[in-house]
Amino acid sequence: MGVLSILDRERTIAGAGYSRWMVPPAALCIHLCIGQAYAFSVFNLPMSRLIGINHSAPGDWKLTDIGWIFTLGIFFLGVSAAILGRWVEDGGPRRAMFAAALCFSGGFLISAAGVRVHEIWAIYLGYGLIGGFGLGLGYISPVSTLIKWFPDRPGMATGMAIMGFGGGALIASPLSVWLMGKFSTPRHVGVAEAFICLGLIYLCFMLVGAAIVRIPAPGWQPAGWAAPATPKKLVTTADVHVYEALKTPQFWLIWWVLCLNVTAGIGVIGQASAMSQEMFPGRVTAIAAAGFVGLMSLFNMGGRFFWASISDLIGRKNTYFCFFILGTVLYALVPTTGAIGSVGLFVLCFLVVISMYGGGFSTVPAYLKDMFGTRYVGAIHGWLITAWSAAGVFGPVLVNYIRQYQIDHGVAKAHAYNLTMYIMAGLLVIGFFCNLFITSVNERHHMGWSRPRIAPVTE
Amino acid sequence: MSVGNSRGTRPIHLVLAWGFVGIPLLWGVLETLRNALTLFR
Repeated sequence: MGVLSILDRERTIAGAGYSRWMVPPAALCIHLCIGQAYAFSVFNLPMSRLIGINHSAPGDWKLTDIGWIFTLGIFFLGVSAAILGRWVEDGGPRRAMFAAALCFSGGFLISAAGVRVHEIWAIYLGYGLIGGFGLGLGYISPVSTLIKWFPDRPGMATGMAIMGFGGGALIASPLSVWLMGKFSTPRHVGVAEAFICLGLIYLCFMLVGAAIVRIPAPGWQPAGWAAPATPKKLVTTADVHVYEALKTPQFWLIWWVLCLNVTAGIGVIGQASAMSQEMFPGRVTAIAAAGFVGLMSLFNMGGRFFWASISDLIGRKNTYFCFFILGTVLYALVPTTGAIGSVGLFVLCFLVVISMYGGGFSTVPAYLKDMFGTRYVGAIHGWLITAWSAAGVFGPVLVNYIRQYQIDHGVAKAHAYNLTMYIMAGLLVIGFFCNLFITSVNERHHMGWSRPRIAPVTE
Repeated sequence: MSVGNSRGTRPIHLVLAWGFVGIPLLWGVLETLRNALTLFR
């Protein structure tokens, strides 16, 4: 038995007296680190001045080239979550968290070397490919474990972890700026050193998560809790195999539900700063717009916990109905806020919308658990993450191109977002109908189901 | 990495674990709030 056997699923089974409340911090150790991805943009400008220091010099990387680092990271997040979901389920959370820690921190260290020798392909390989695998493995690693520990409140449990992904950017952004400031000199931008520090900090943090995570013993249930005798209509007690789940219409309807909810949110996240300044010229300054973006990050994080916890009370389907109905109304209201010049109402609309964007991510693991059972929920969630990757392309493209089209056709900048807002509202209406059509999974997809024998016809 | 599956969780373990993740998160939230206040100035 090698040293690495400590990572085995069998070695992570909790003993008597282990508190399940140790598992959310273990999950947060991972998600708070990988949530750094949302703050990667703080490195964009400094990386475009590695030679020129105060300005971009010939030979410095272009922002468009640097932009590919984040895109690759998110792309490989989706790829790894999809293809390694089954490996994560079979090997248990500790092995996955350990691998995620090595990939994510290793990605930073390789990228630091890439910055030192000024080779951008090394950063594509480091942060983009290897770090992206760390992101994907880390994102799905604690999900099914949390659901198994909290069968009474699966939404709240996964909401707590996925809230960490939103919170990770809040930590990484000021930390990265501070580190670069510490290591920069008049002749040197401190990006490489900041990468090394972040890589080592994240390695330690993620390994602590891997060390303290446990899975419940077979048959374990929370004290005083018993599975409802009559399960709710959309909550199954059976399990569906990951590859069987992909054949069900329910999986693809949830895929569209997530994709449309994320498309609507992600499109405005990237444009929030510019949109607020262009819709209220002279009233919202660049500094105030940055504050608005910061508030949106807080609501993105808080919404992940709030809405997932609410879903335990009102059900997943109803929670998504809230997102789609409320989201449609709020998006349709945004042009009016511009017309009447109400910055407060504009901010309020977007803060609620962005809380539901976060809530969409955190509620979906429990939705999958309700539909497909707990056995392969992590692996199925991994496949569903591809909806996020798709939305990451649709959302920004939709907002940017429609805005440009409007401006090219003589629409004033202050009104250039109106059509986009109505299109976003329309997307949410489609999402509403996708959610409406979700019914319980046919039992022929359940594991262990055998086709009923038809009795021979006798005379 | 310690395993210690047979030992139970003591309250100090919970305090340490939640503090380990809670303190950095709180710092991040406060920093963000501090920056966001400019919106209302």
